[in-house]
Amino acid sequence: MRFERRVHRPAALVLAAPVIAVAAALALSGVLIALAGAPVLEAYGRILTGAFGSRLAATETLTRAVPLILTGLAAATAFRARLWNIGAEGQLYLGAMAAAAASSLLFGSLPPALQIPLLLVTGALAGMVLLLVPLWLRLRFAVAEVVTTLLLNFVAILFVSMLIDTALKDPMAFGWPQSLPVTESGTLPKLIPRSRLHVGLAIALALAVVLAFVQARTVFGTRARAAGLSPAGAVFAGVPLGRTLMQVALISGGLAGLAGAIEVMGVTGYVTTSLSPGYGYFGIVVAMLANLNPLGVVAAALFSATMFVGADAMGRTLGVPSYIADVTVALSLLAMLVALFFTQYRVRR
Amino acid sequence: MTDILAILASAGLWAAVLRIATPLILGTLGELLCERAGVLNLGIEGIMTFGAMIGWLAVFNGADLWTGILVAALSGAAFGLVHALLTVTLGVSQHVSGLGITLFASSFAYYLFRLLVPVAGTPPKILPFQPLQIPVLSDLPFIGPALFTQTAPTYLSIALALLLGWVLFRTPLGLAIRMTGENPHAVEAQGISPVLVRYGAVTAGSALMAVGGAFLTLSAFDSFIPTMVQGRGWVCIALVVFASWRPGLALLGALLFAFFDAFQLRLQTALGGQVPYQLFLMLPYLLSIAALAVTARRARVPQALMQPYRRGER
Repeated sequence: MRFERRVHRPAALVLAAPVIAVAAALALSGVLIALAGAPVLEAYGRILTGAFGSRLAATETLTRAVPLILTGLAAATAFRARLWNIGAEGQLYLGAMAAAAASSLLFGSLPPALQIPLLLVTGALAGMVLLLVPLWLRLRFAVAEVVTTLLLNFVAILFVSMLIDTALKDPMAFGWPQSLPVTESGTLPKLIPRSRLHVGLAIALALAVVLAFVQARTVFGTRARAAGLSPAGAVFAGVPLGRTLMQVALISGGLAGLAGAIEVMGVTGYVTTSLSPGYGYFGIVVAMLANLNPLGVVAAALFSATMFVGADAMGRTLGVPSYIADVTVALSLLAMLVALFFTQYRVRR
Repeated sequence: MTDILAILASAGLWAAVLRIATPLILGTLGELLCERAGVLNLGIEGIMTFGAMIGWLAVFNGADLWTGILVAALSGAAFGLVHALLTVTLGVSQHVSGLGITLFASSFAYYLFRLLVPVAGTPPKILPFQPLQIPVLSDLPFIGPALFTQTAPTYLSIALALLLGWVLFRTPLGLAIRMTGENPHAVEAQGISPVLVRYGAVTAGSALMAVGGAFLTLSAFDSFIPTMVQGRGWVCIALVVFASWRPGLALLGALLFAFFDAFQLRLQTALGGQVPYQLFLMLPYLLSIAALAVTARRARVPQALMQPYRRGER
């Protein structure tokens, strides 16, 4: 048995790959649910009703999808150019911290129409700055950015932890380590009243559409892809490699920083060290499930959010640890790698 | 200044250095073995987490400590096989596969732990490895408490570093492994299967990583806490570059790193809250990044690292 590279990638197969991968992941996780002594089909049924069964549940799932869309887009943009930005988690925290600090210390008195865009930009800038460090190390010292972005996640979260213990601690929080709050006029308006769903969803969706256009229809999109497929070839074809990677890093870090800013302005109102349950890391899964396609990122983020919100509800009633959601999402990444392989290769005897 | 001298002169510091270094030595050796054969293994963080959990769980359920280590090693080997299947047989992106393994192994560890261990106010404990009493050596003044009050796995990890150096540079097997990382086509031409070599290296390397994780719960500490690995896996990957893919230097790098870590812990207590503790905790990560910046250009990277090998395809 051997593998033979396909001449054409059948479009149907490429579209089916994530569906097959998710199905395989759900089947494997089913074994683990059975291990916990719970009825598997009922558990999945409860995950679905837990995520979409009521108005509250559905808006909660969409709220949870917002940071996943943004970190998914951050990973997709970077990975397309083979810039291994695994630092979205740290960039998200720094973006959130920057937005909260800017709101309470600088722009707090400005009206929403001015303050909200300013805060979003501040958050994005913070994310960009954090990713520029590893990029600089790569271009200047040939240090692989995959390790430095991973290590900087810890540095960034410790830095945020230090700030909310000291300079940016909320004095009104009864000693709890939480940051100064985002002011009333810096809070993102609700998309649906009496829910947590905020306009961040609209921003994330709009950015997905913009990025899809940029990737498919602009010179920058093509250059970024060329830089990923073959750096040497790209240089030979006249692509300014350093500048292209820099632009990719600015977009990727900016998106991750924006995810943090939107989360703190739309949902929590202040920063703690438990702001993100790993949105940065799961953004990688989202990007891969989407095959790095920005519009696919939306669908993949929705799947992950469904698992996370639904598993919480299911775990409470059936006694299955809600970590099953993390397991399923991680398994779907591994399954997706296999599925993608078979869109490129066929098996020959 | 006198504070610093007092810290350096305490036997406790040097004992802590060896203790902190052990999981790093094991993890770095594991990663080094994988990369020497040409496979980057970003699964290390998750594999260490899973090894820490499953080794502890085995002992918690009545197995003896060495069985716990063995169980951890087997679990690491299993994750290594999955990584090898994806990256060697299928040749998919080693970056993404490794990150997938890390996400899967760590969330699977948390899931099993939550499922199988009753929730309690204080985390349940086991009786960990005890320091070995070595005749004569352990009784020496200063040197005894500083260097010879470690548990058995620490001595084992140092021996393993020397053993791996010998295997890689003095045996035909080591030559095959190194050659697979440099030029798998040449290995094939010699009648050795690069696929088999990579499978072996990734499986054995991942087993070492898991043992490194298990040291945390079975020797350095006595219970399992989620997120206890705290980026040690990523530090190991940095150490491999720092060591320029040589086991002896990896041992030295891990010890050096552990020295700074132990030192900052003591400095932190000596300074007693004048400086935010988070600054000290950042140091190890910043140090790893600095070490990478200094050594990355000089390091001799295995030439076929991250290159999938497909027979008859270039």
